[in-house]
Amino acid sequence: MSMGPVKEKWGSRIGVILAVAGSAVGLGNFLRFPGNAAQNGGGAFMLPYFISLLILGIPLCWAEWTMGRYGGTRGFNSAPGIYTVIWRNRLAKYFGGMALLIPLIIYMYYVLIEAWCLGYAVNYFTGGLMIDEERAAAAQSAGAGELDWGATRFYAQAAETHIDSRVEQGADPATAQAEAAALSEDDRRSIAYRTFFSRFVGSHQDGFALGGETRGWLVVLAGVFLMNFYLIYRGVSKGIEMFCKIAMPGMALLAIIVLIRVLTLPPTNGRTVVDGLGFMWDPAGDKLKDPQTWLAAASQVFFTLSVGFGIIVNYASYLREKDDVVLSGLTSSSVNEFFEVCLGGLITVPAAFLFLGLAAGQFAESTFQLGFIALPNVFERMWGGQVFGFLWFFMLFLAAITSSVSMLQPVIAFLEEGFGLKRHASAAMLGLLTALGCGFVLYFSKGLVALDTFDFWVGSVMIFFLAMTQAILYGWVLGIDRGEREAHRGAHIRIPRFVQYMLKYVVPVYLLAIFVLFCYFNLPGYAKTIADNPAALSSILFIGVIVAFLMLMIHIAGRRWKRERRFEHLDKMDQQSGEAT
Amino acid sequence: MTTAGWIIMTLSIASVLTLVTYCIWRVLSLPPVDVESLHGPAGIDTKDTEDAD
Repeated sequence: MSMGPVKEKWGSRIGVILAVAGSAVGLGNFLRFPGNAAQNGGGAFMLPYFISLLILGIPLCWAEWTMGRYGGTRGFNSAPGIYTVIWRNRLAKYFGGMALLIPLIIYMYYVLIEAWCLGYAVNYFTGGLMIDEERAAAAQSAGAGELDWGATRFYAQAAETHIDSRVEQGADPATAQAEAAALSEDDRRSIAYRTFFSRFVGSHQDGFALGGETRGWLVVLAGVFLMNFYLIYRGVSKGIEMFCKIAMPGMALLAIIVLIRVLTLPPTNGRTVVDGLGFMWDPAGDKLKDPQTWLAAASQVFFTLSVGFGIIVNYASYLREKDDVVLSGLTSSSVNEFFEVCLGGLITVPAAFLFLGLAAGQFAESTFQLGFIALPNVFERMWGGQVFGFLWFFMLFLAAITSSVSMLQPVIAFLEEGFGLKRHASAAMLGLLTALGCGFVLYFSKGLVALDTFDFWVGSVMIFFLAMTQAILYGWVLGIDRGEREAHRGAHIRIPRFVQYMLKYVVPVYLLAIFVLFCYFNLPGYAKTIADNPAALSSILFIGVIVAFLMLMIHIAGRRWKRERRFEHLDKMDQQSGEAT
Repeated sequence: MTTAGWIIMTLSIASVLTLVTYCIWRVLSLPPVDVESLHGPAGIDTKDTEDAD
């Protein structure tokens, strides 16, 4: 019998909490949540949001923490091993494959978004995202091409950009020229920041990021990519935990500085900050009758807590048998909520409304539009905007990197315990795989189709499947009695008994209802995109290849574990732990 | 901003702040983890990260 390699442990209680919270806090807290709330009834959105948090989010978090530590104390840190510990069936490890695929695929595009954030911060630092109207006016006579690449040049070229865009859409050139002549200052700024984003990420042309004027940004991307791997290479305690202990308080500080700036903004265009808060928080009661509101709230809770990503189960596996999971799980969830409701809910949409008025509602429909087009537009008009823009995007970068680094650990853990690889070998192998995927998303940048396809099919649909699998594993396979016993081992607070019944009966049904609604509203559009767009089809094929590769790896690892008799001691351990309780 | 908006915003933020304050206070007021158990049983450390730094 072999106990298997228990590789690493967390260094401190607060360290693991900050690492899990860091994994959960990301761009969604600052951009997706306020956009979702503003679009779905404002204050009325908070009722389904908190209901979903209590019924779905926190119970599922507790289940994941419990199962992770349960598997970890039995010698496994990767989901295929942990699932097999819980469900002694040879198929269990393949279900665990989802918990590898999801973070792996998400990392491939998330690291790009992370690099956009750092790239935007660098552009604020150098002034590239601020519009200099005098230089723009002077350059119009000499030709805007003389200007450095940046927002000022796109502002100077706004009229030409508008004409090109309208003609491409089929408008009459004379009409487009007339429209361009009538563009307001606000329109020109919006066009400038829209063009900046489009050129920066290459969303207007496949392969643009590799060969366009912004290819210097590739250095930033490479740096971000390497930084993730440096942190993961240093290990759970010396890498992830150490970084999150610095980054999380840093993020809170930066967000609070920006929040104070937003709340003290003077009235603009007859609007006050309180009007902006009203745009975000005033309840539209009739929205509560709309199933889309409930779906949006449940999805938001589900994604914000990183439930069903395969990360919590891996992180919790590095806990010791007597380490608390109940208070830690609740604390990490509440820290995430602090960033989302208290900071995200007060900054983004109120600031956008103050400067952009009702147009902020259009930007709120898309996370990228709100974050990378509307907000630069806001910072440009704000006193000290260059400094606050830098702080904001650097804060988003920190939020993104604490999430992306967590996406690598589940696969690293699998490569190490499945094949006995050392850290440098597993990091090198994972680096190659993720660089391949990242390059794919980077190349197929037109319309961000590859990114969107990865995000929808893996970052949304598959997460529902994994969350459902984990709910069933906890409620029906591990069992709520054993689950409750395991959760309370070393716990500093108690989970009310009814939560166990919710996990067994309510959570799977609730998840299924959300999933059906989600598919009903979204699946036809995405299925059509696959049929119509070769980049989307290629993305699906890419995901298919990764799935096949992972399944093969899991199969080989499973044979190795069987040969090493890694599971034979488990019945005895269960018996001992039952007696100890 | 309407009265209902103020009430919802205040309740939401106050609830989250209360919860996060309570949780962090509980975590930070716990006795420190036993130093010996921080590193786990020595016999099962594979030292896979020994080259990491």
